[in-house]
Amino acid sequence: MDIYGETIASRLMLGTARYPSPEILERAIAASGAGIVTVSLRREAAGERAGRKFWDLVRETGVRVLPNTAGCHSVREAVTTARMAREVFGTDWIKLEVIGDADTLQPDLFGLVEATRILSDEGFKVLAYTTEDLVAADRLVAAGCRVLMPWGSPIGSARGLNNVYGLRALRARFPDLTLVVDAGIGVPSHAAQAMELGYDGVLLSSAVALAGDPVKMAEAFRLAVSAGRLGFEADPLHPRDMAEPSTPVLGQPLLGQAVFA
Amino acid sequence: MEITVIGAGVAGLATAVTLAERGAAVTLHERSQTLGENAASWLAGGMLAPYCEAESADPSIVEPGLAAIGWWAERVPDVVRGGTLVVAPAREGADLDRFRRRTRRGLPLGGAEIAALEPDLAGRFDRGLHFPAEAHLDPRRALAALGERLGTLGGTLRLGSPVEAETATGDVVVDCRGIGAGDPGIRSVRGEMLVLRTDEIRLSRPVRLLHPRFPVYVVPRAGGRFMVGATMIESEASGGPTLRAAVELMSAAYALHPAFAEAEVIEMKAGRRPAFPDNLPRVERRGRIVSVNGLYRHGFLLGPDCAARAADLALGHKARKEIAA
Repeated sequence: MDIYGETIASRLMLGTARYPSPEILERAIAASGAGIVTVSLRREAAGERAGRKFWDLVRETGVRVLPNTAGCHSVREAVTTARMAREVFGTDWIKLEVIGDADTLQPDLFGLVEATRILSDEGFKVLAYTTEDLVAADRLVAAGCRVLMPWGSPIGSARGLNNVYGLRALRARFPDLTLVVDAGIGVPSHAAQAMELGYDGVLLSSAVALAGDPVKMAEAFRLAVSAGRLGFEADPLHPRDMAEPSTPVLGQPLLGQAVFA
Repeated sequence: MEITVIGAGVAGLATAVTLAERGAAVTLHERSQTLGENAASWLAGGMLAPYCEAESADPSIVEPGLAAIGWWAERVPDVVRGGTLVVAPAREGADLDRFRRRTRRGLPLGGAEIAALEPDLAGRFDRGLHFPAEAHLDPRRALAALGERLGTLGGTLRLGSPVEAETATGDVVVDCRGIGAGDPGIRSVRGEMLVLRTDEIRLSRPVRLLHPRFPVYVVPRAGGRFMVGATMIESEASGGPTLRAAVELMSAAYALHPAFAEAEVIEMKAGRRPAFPDNLPRVERRGRIVSVNGLYRHGFLLGPDCAARAADLALGHKARKEIAA
């Protein structure tokens, strides 16, 4: 998976919040094979740098850290958090979230475009949490974003891919851009489906963190992402309306006419 | 044998009392001027709820947690064995199902049964879970009672007495300072809580409200007071509660019962829970220093077990669990 010119071996990104313990988080990261983990600066800190010990534990896993602006409800808040994240984590990557609705946590696309422009101008490499909206995607790209992270469904809802048609259209519109399905994935088959659509990766958080056995679920997602990607690369069959025998049918020369007899 | 215990939070008090009960000459040093002033356990909910806690904690906490209920009931006043009630807003029924799947000994309740247990919650929730074997206590009264008990057993409690483990006197030193011990393996998990007072609603047992974003518990205390807690934030910040935390806790209390809207806010505090990476406590001996740390959100639940293990190590016995095995 290409993130601003860097190749990341795994197509799975993992959130780090709400695990039963940091020890289980560490084992889940290992089992998932994730190449990138996201860390929330705002919610987990309650003051600048106050989450240092936890961040150290995350860093010790050796996996690349992608700070996010989770919980930010305005452009200004998101931009300030991004700047703080660059200082704390020494990275210009930022997973940009500007939340527009407190109940559905859906992104404020207008604020997102504005914040993307500000941060891109300051040299940030923005990974934007967005919807599957094509026009918003165009504007984000114009503002300098090279990694789009459309939602599957609302954050934490575990509803999977709500708008497969829209996600397919987004993939078709931006064949060369890195696209990662971000929110709403609940079970491994959702992740596999996103990969089968040709998405470059998926980001999961509560699906693993809140599972009864997060480590086992992390492993399940590793396999699902891998299976979905292989399925996409192998150029799969597409649905058709009639049966097509997988072995030649003998003795039925008028196959297909029988139904009219 | 002369034993010095440092830190008069729940771990230090339980350890000092356990040692004194076993005949040791114990001096407990606490840097604060008043008991509980800077202790994480002063802000605790006081729920003795091993089954509910095991929903997200390691199952190994259940057995010592159950034993703790009897330990506290024998030593401090007002241990209430009324169980725990778990409820969820109607649209979060899936969370209640999940909670039940991941816990043991929870009895499913309908609306009428919830009303029978807690009449003031009548009509508010259609489904819940009751964990009848669980209990709760008032942490502040419990800490004070342990302090008194230590005196009765011939031990000494020295307030306003900051002491370092390495330089402390005594044959054995038990370090129970939590975050104050400076153990590099310990991190702080910040928790914010508030205390409300109202006569408009009565509860007989702790109530946990499951909510995807703001899970909260309300623990009834004497005098119409209710402890509402608690946030869980990976942070070393020691400042007061944030507005966000206050709003979340208050909204959740209001969601449990609108009568809380009229309650007086009599306290709002933030504290720091000491935790190891696995969120389980550790009791270890190195030379003459025994350290007890990492009680996380389970000070009252696992304090008695940690105290027994610390006393075993301090008095030169093998850890109790090894003997059992």
